[in-house]
Amino acid sequence: MNRLRKAINQEKTAGYIFTLPFTIGFLLFMVVPMGISLYYSFCKYDILSPPVFTGLDNLKTMMADETFFKSIFVTFYFALVSVPLRLIFALIVAMLLLKNSKMSGFYRAAYYLPSIIGGSVAVSILWKRMFATDGVINRLLQGVGIDCHLSWLGNTKTAIWVLIILAVWQFGSSMLIFLSALKQIPQTLYEAADVDGAKGFSKFFRITLPLLTPTIFFNLVMQMINGFLAFTQSYIITQGKPMNSTLFYTVYMYQQSFEFYNTGYGAAMAWVMLLIIGAVTLVLFATKRFWVYEGGL
Amino acid sequence: MKEKKRIGAVIYHVLVFAVGIIMVYPLIWMFMSSFKDTNTIFTTAGTLIPEEFTLQNYATGWKGFAKINFGVFFKNSLFISVVATIGTLISSAIVGYGFARFEFKGKGILFGAMLLSMMLPAQVLMIPQYLWYQKLNWVGSYMPLIVPYFFAIQGFFVYLISNFISGIPKELDEAAKIDGCSYVQIFTRVIMPLIKPALVTGGIFSFMWRWDDFLSALLYVNKSAKYPVSLALKLFCDPGSSSDYGAMFAMASLSILPSVLIFIFFQKYLVEGISTSGLKG
Repeated sequence: MNRLRKAINQEKTAGYIFTLPFTIGFLLFMVVPMGISLYYSFCKYDILSPPVFTGLDNLKTMMADETFFKSIFVTFYFALVSVPLRLIFALIVAMLLLKNSKMSGFYRAAYYLPSIIGGSVAVSILWKRMFATDGVINRLLQGVGIDCHLSWLGNTKTAIWVLIILAVWQFGSSMLIFLSALKQIPQTLYEAADVDGAKGFSKFFRITLPLLTPTIFFNLVMQMINGFLAFTQSYIITQGKPMNSTLFYTVYMYQQSFEFYNTGYGAAMAWVMLLIIGAVTLVLFATKRFWVYEGGL
Repeated sequence: MKEKKRIGAVIYHVLVFAVGIIMVYPLIWMFMSSFKDTNTIFTTAGTLIPEEFTLQNYATGWKGFAKINFGVFFKNSLFISVVATIGTLISSAIVGYGFARFEFKGKGILFGAMLLSMMLPAQVLMIPQYLWYQKLNWVGSYMPLIVPYFFAIQGFFVYLISNFISGIPKELDEAAKIDGCSYVQIFTRVIMPLIKPALVTGGIFSFMWRWDDFLSALLYVNKSAKYPVSLALKLFCDPGSSSDYGAMFAMASLSILPSVLIFIFFQKYLVEGISTSGLKG
């Protein structure tokens, strides 16, 4: 105890002491679990009986597992469609809300609210009912004269879109980030462009968009990662149905581990997912120099 | 010219307002439906206002499942969210202070680890952590939902607070140091009172995320009397449960009420949290 007191008061050691909770937490709740699961990923393990080392068997099973590849496809499809759509919406709405008016606060709140609660179970069950055959979506379509009795969640083509719409609906936090980035663009640039006779479109593509690319890039990376990890929504709304057309990687991993009791296989899937996310992040970073403007103002 | 401008403004407001309504319409629909007679919710799905306003759904929904009412589920959620949030704030403030104010060997690596913890989300760790907590005998208790948060494992909050501390002039620390304060005293008496806004922002996010957390409850809580609200709501969806949609909407509306209230009263802090650290949410 005395030594701790001494260490915490010395400039050289105090930093270690104050950051110690994180160091312990990182080791105990991230490094150790990942290490353990690395071992389990080479084992046959069903939670109930002790693990049996089977070498590369899990990996071999994986390479022959059609459902595994289907879940990767579904996850990529979801992320590659929903993330760009979400960013585009966020940017358009942010541009619209940049204009100050008495209603700005109200508008911002209305657009941001879905992001706040969108990940909750409540919204997932709401979504499930909205897109039911007798749900509000079909009702409203019938109301405007489209005679729609589509079972959105029962159709392999539309079910994934129900989840994509739910994801795009939550564009609010990206919108806020864009809004604060837009406010930082100096007005003088636009004034100079006006003097040169630039029109709205060229102002957007020559000034606004280039200056936003760092923000877009940052959002893209973070949301791609999160897109790969959507769990609650698909677990509650579709459970991967119909015919695995909405089977997200995370949901399949959960099913393998806790419903089919192939927990060793699940551990291997967790590691593969980590590698996939790492690879995607690297690819995104590799494209950075082609389109992200880093020149400063 | 003036006329044209006014027409433009009207079009702008009509458009932005209409899209805003579409955005919140699902939530309004759920909320209004919770006051409709449960048998009429889907026959009148196209209209918002209930023909007959009833609180019956709230009464049936509150009864819950297997003699456990929703009061218990709400209490469980509140307990988990509050305790985990307190842990997050205290530990993140301590670590944030360490990162913001001290130079030491290996700081870069540690900071990198923190950024990594931000990029390494719960879903990747779901099975690894399950295997580990099983060894620790934590499965079936609240331990996995609470203890890790006392170790600043969410980089987001460390980053948020450490950024905020970096904005506080270091002269304040130095003045306190000259007055004979130890680093612990500087932290508790100088830094802590000054970072209240960051703590409020962090507290709001942490509370809402813990409140909504479904995955860890699904993995680790196995007695229904211990269920948080998120897990209890899922019971409405399970095949075999009587599909009382009125009760389901009533309890779902109640479950998002804390987040909506926080949103209404603390919007400023949320917006600041998102725009300054701009990470997730």
